Amino acid sequence: MSDNHRSEALQSQYLTVNLAHEEYGVDILAVREIRGWTPVTRIPQAPHYVLGVLNLRGAIVPVIDMRLRFGLAREEYSATTVTVIVTVAGRNFGVVVDAVSDVLDVADDAIRPVPDMGTTVDTEYLKGLTATGERMVLLLDVDKLLQPQDAQMLEAALPAASDVKAVA
Amino acid sequence: MSKAGLAQFQQVFIEESLEGLDTMESSLLALDDGGDGELVHTIFRAAHSIKGGAATFGFPEMSSFTHEAESLLDEVRSGKRAIDGSIIELLLRTVDCLRGMFARAQAGEPLNDAVAEGLRNELAAAMGRGIPAGGVQARRAEDQADAWTVRFRPHPGMLASGNDPLRLIRELAGLGELRATPEFDRLPATLAGLEPSECHLGWTITLRGPVKRADIAAVFDWVEDECDLAIEAQHVVAKPAEAPIATAPVAAAANVADAGAARAQREAGAESSSVRVSIDKIDGLINLVGELVITQSMLDTFRGEYDATRVAMLEQGLAQLARHTRELQETVMGIRMLPIASVFNRFPRMVRDISQKLGKQVKLELVGEQTELDKTVLEKIGDPMVHLVRNAIDHGLETPDKRRAAGKSDLGTLKLEASHRGGNIVVEVSDDGAGLNRDAIVAKAVQRGLIASGEGLSDEAVADLIFQPGFSTAAVTTDLSGRGVGMDVVRRNVADLGGTVTIRSTQGKGSAFTITLPLTLAIIDGLTAAVGGERYIVPLVSIVESVQLKPEAVRSVAGGELFRFRGEYLPVIRLHDAFGCDNAIRAIDQGLMVVVEGDGSRVGLFVDGLIGQQQAVVKSLEANYRRVQGVSGATILADGSVALIVDIAGLVRLQGRRKAA
Repeated sequence: MSDNHRSEALQSQYLTVNLAHEEYGVDILAVREIRGWTPVTRIPQAPHYVLGVLNLRGAIVPVIDMRLRFGLAREEYSATTVTVIVTVAGRNFGVVVDAVSDVLDVADDAIRPVPDMGTTVDTEYLKGLTATGERMVLLLDVDKLLQPQDAQMLEAALPAASDVKAVA
Repeated sequence: MSKAGLAQFQQVFIEESLEGLDTMESSLLALDDGGDGELVHTIFRAAHSIKGGAATFGFPEMSSFTHEAESLLDEVRSGKRAIDGSIIELLLRTVDCLRGMFARAQAGEPLNDAVAEGLRNELAAAMGRGIPAGGVQARRAEDQADAWTVRFRPHPGMLASGNDPLRLIRELAGLGELRATPEFDRLPATLAGLEPSECHLGWTITLRGPVKRADIAAVFDWVEDECDLAIEAQHVVAKPAEAPIATAPVAAAANVADAGAARAQREAGAESSSVRVSIDKIDGLINLVGELVITQSMLDTFRGEYDATRVAMLEQGLAQLARHTRELQETVMGIRMLPIASVFNRFPRMVRDISQKLGKQVKLELVGEQTELDKTVLEKIGDPMVHLVRNAIDHGLETPDKRRAAGKSDLGTLKLEASHRGGNIVVEVSDDGAGLNRDAIVAKAVQRGLIASGEGLSDEAVADLIFQPGFSTAAVTTDLSGRGVGMDVVRRNVADLGGTVTIRSTQGKGSAFTITLPLTLAIIDGLTAAVGGERYIVPLVSIVESVQLKPEAVRSVAGGELFRFRGEYLPVIRLHDAFGCDNAIRAIDQGLMVVVEGDGSRVGLFVDGLIGQQQAVVKSLEANYRRVQGVSGATILADGSVALIVDIAGLVRLQGRRKAA
C-alpha cells in the first residue's frame, strides 16, 4: 500500500452535532440522512429516550432523543432540531439532536482518549475527543447508542417469540 | 382469423383451461371424500368448456380426447353410472394428461402422446364401448420389460436443489446393464454463454435387465418436478442391440412424472405471463388514478399564475398529490399479494396420491388459506412445503395398524396452517404421527461424526441435526424420502427468503415444522381505533363486534375488570393502560368496547372510538427496532404517519403477565 493510501485510511470524517452547548461527532459513514424534526408515533413499553417511530420512505425507523439518552434536560424542539438517521449493523434509527453544524476531517492520531471526568455524557458512549483550535468535539460511538440496555431488552423479548404452544 | 390472432386467443384459452383443470381436480378430490352431486356438474362444465374451446382454437386432438371424458361424465351426471373410486382415479389421470397436452401446446409440440392414447382407450373401456384390440393389455405388459429407454433431461436449475444427475444415473446402473448417451443440444453455442451452475446436458439411457417400471420411476422420484422424463419399454425385436424402438403406452408412474413436469412448466409460464388480481384491488386503483387526475388538473390551474393569495390552495393540492401517489404506490404493491391458497391447493391431490401409495390414511386440514403473502415468497415457498409434506406422510405418520397399536385413531392428521404473526408469515406443517426418533438421530449423527455423543444435547439441538446435508435415519430408503436429500434443501430455500425453519416434536405424538418468513408486504384489513389522540389498527379478523356500555355494566374484580357479553363474562383490556397512552377516555360510557378474539379467548378492548376501516400494509418493527409485546407490526397511514397494529393474542398474554406480576 502506498503512503498516500495510508494517510487517507488514517483520516475519517465526522458530522458534528450540537447537544446542550457541546459538540459531538458522529462518524459520517454511519449517517444516512438528516431531516428536520417531525412528530413520531409513540411506541409502548419503550425506554423513555425512545420517542417513537417514524416513516422513512416506507420503513419503520425508531427515533431516540439524544438528550434523554444521555440523561440531559428535555428541551423544546425548535426549528433547528433535526433527526439524524444513522445505520448501525444494518439497522436504521433516528437520533434527535439540537442542531447539526458541519463536517470535520479528523486524523485518527488526533483522537485522544476521553478523560474520565468533565463530560456530561457517560464516557461509555464516546470513543474519543478531538480538538481543532478552540473547538473540542466529542466523538460518539454510535454502535453503543442502542446498546447495551437495548440488547438486553431484545433478549428479554425473545422468549415471547418462542412462546408458542407445543404440539398436542 | 390470422394465425397470430389465433395464437393470442390460444394463450388465453390455455390459461383458462388450466384453471378449469384445477377446478376439475379439486372437485374430483372433494367427490372422493364424499362430496355431493353438484360437484359432478362442476366437473362436467369444466370438461365441456375445455372441449369446446379446444375445437375452436385449433386443438382437435385435445377436443376429441376431452370428448371421451365428457361422455363418461355425462353418464355419471345423468345417473346412468354410479361414480366410484376407479372412475375418479381415471378422471384424475385424465386431468394430468390434459395438463401435459396444454404444456405441449404451449411449447408447440404435437399434442397426442402414448399416455393420451392409453387413457383414451381406458375412458372408452370404462364406458363399456369397444376397447381397441390389446390396448389395455399392452399397458399391463409395459409395467415389466427386459429393456427400457429412459429419456432424462434435467431442467437447468436442477443442480441448485442439490440433485446430482450422475448419482441418479449411477443408481439406475445398479438396476441393470446401462448405456447412457448424452444429448448436447442444449449446450450454449459459446463458452461465454455457459453457466457453470446450470445443467445443460440431457441423456438417453438404455437399460437392459428384468426391471420394473416402478423401480426406474422411483430413482427419479425426488427430481420429477425438475426434469423432463420419459420412460419407455423397448419392444425387443430380432436384434436386441439395435432394436428400433417402438414406443408404447406409458404407465402411471411416468404419467405422474409427466404431470409434474407439466405443472412445473405451467408455473414457469405463469410467472412471466400473468397475475390474477381481485376486482376490488383494480377498482381501488382506478379510483386512485381518478383522484390523481383531478388533483393534477387542479394543480394545472396554477400554471403561470403565481398569486400569493393562492399559496394555501397550492400547498393543499401538493399535499393531496403526495398522498395519492403514496396510496397508488401501496395499492400497486398490494397487487403482488396473493392468498396462500394457490400453494395449498396442490396438496390435497399430492397427499391423496402419496398416502394411497404408502397405505396410510391421512386427513389433510388446511387452515388460513386466505392469508396473503407476496407473490415472490409464494412462488418459493411451494417446494419446501412439498418436501415437508412428503416427509410428514412418509416418516411422520404411521400405518393404520401401528397407529392402532399406539392407541391412536387409524386416520392420521396432517395440518397445513398459515397465519400472520408478529409481522411474519408463519406456515406450519404438523402431523400427529410418530414424531422424531431422538435415539435414531443421535446414533446416526454419531456414526457420521457430526457429534461425539447425544449427551447434554437439547431436543431442539437433536432435531436440528436433521437439517444436515445428506442426513437420513430411514432404515430403508423408500422411493419417496429417506435419501437424505431434502431437509437441508428446505432450510436453504427458506433461508434464501430470509426465513427460518424450526421443529417441535414429541416422540409418539407428532411433529410440527414451522416456517417463519419475514414479511414486508403483507396487507391486512383493519379498523383504525383512536386512543388518546393516537391511532392504532385493530385487525378486522379478530373483531367480533363493538358495543357501547353503561358504566355499571363493567365490574371490578380482583386484578381487573369484567363485563357481561352475550351470557359470558369477558375481561376488559384498556388499550390506554396496556400501551400507556395519556389523555385517553377513561369513562366506560364515553368510549367504545370492542369485543375481540385472540389466542382462542375473547376479551373486551376498550378504546376511545373507531375511526374507520382501512387496508394496512404490515411493516416490520423488528427490522430496525425490536419486538413489542401486543404489537404485531406497524403500518403507514394515508397522511404518512405511522400507526401500530394491535396483536390481540399478544395483548392478552401481556395482560395475563401483568396480572400475575
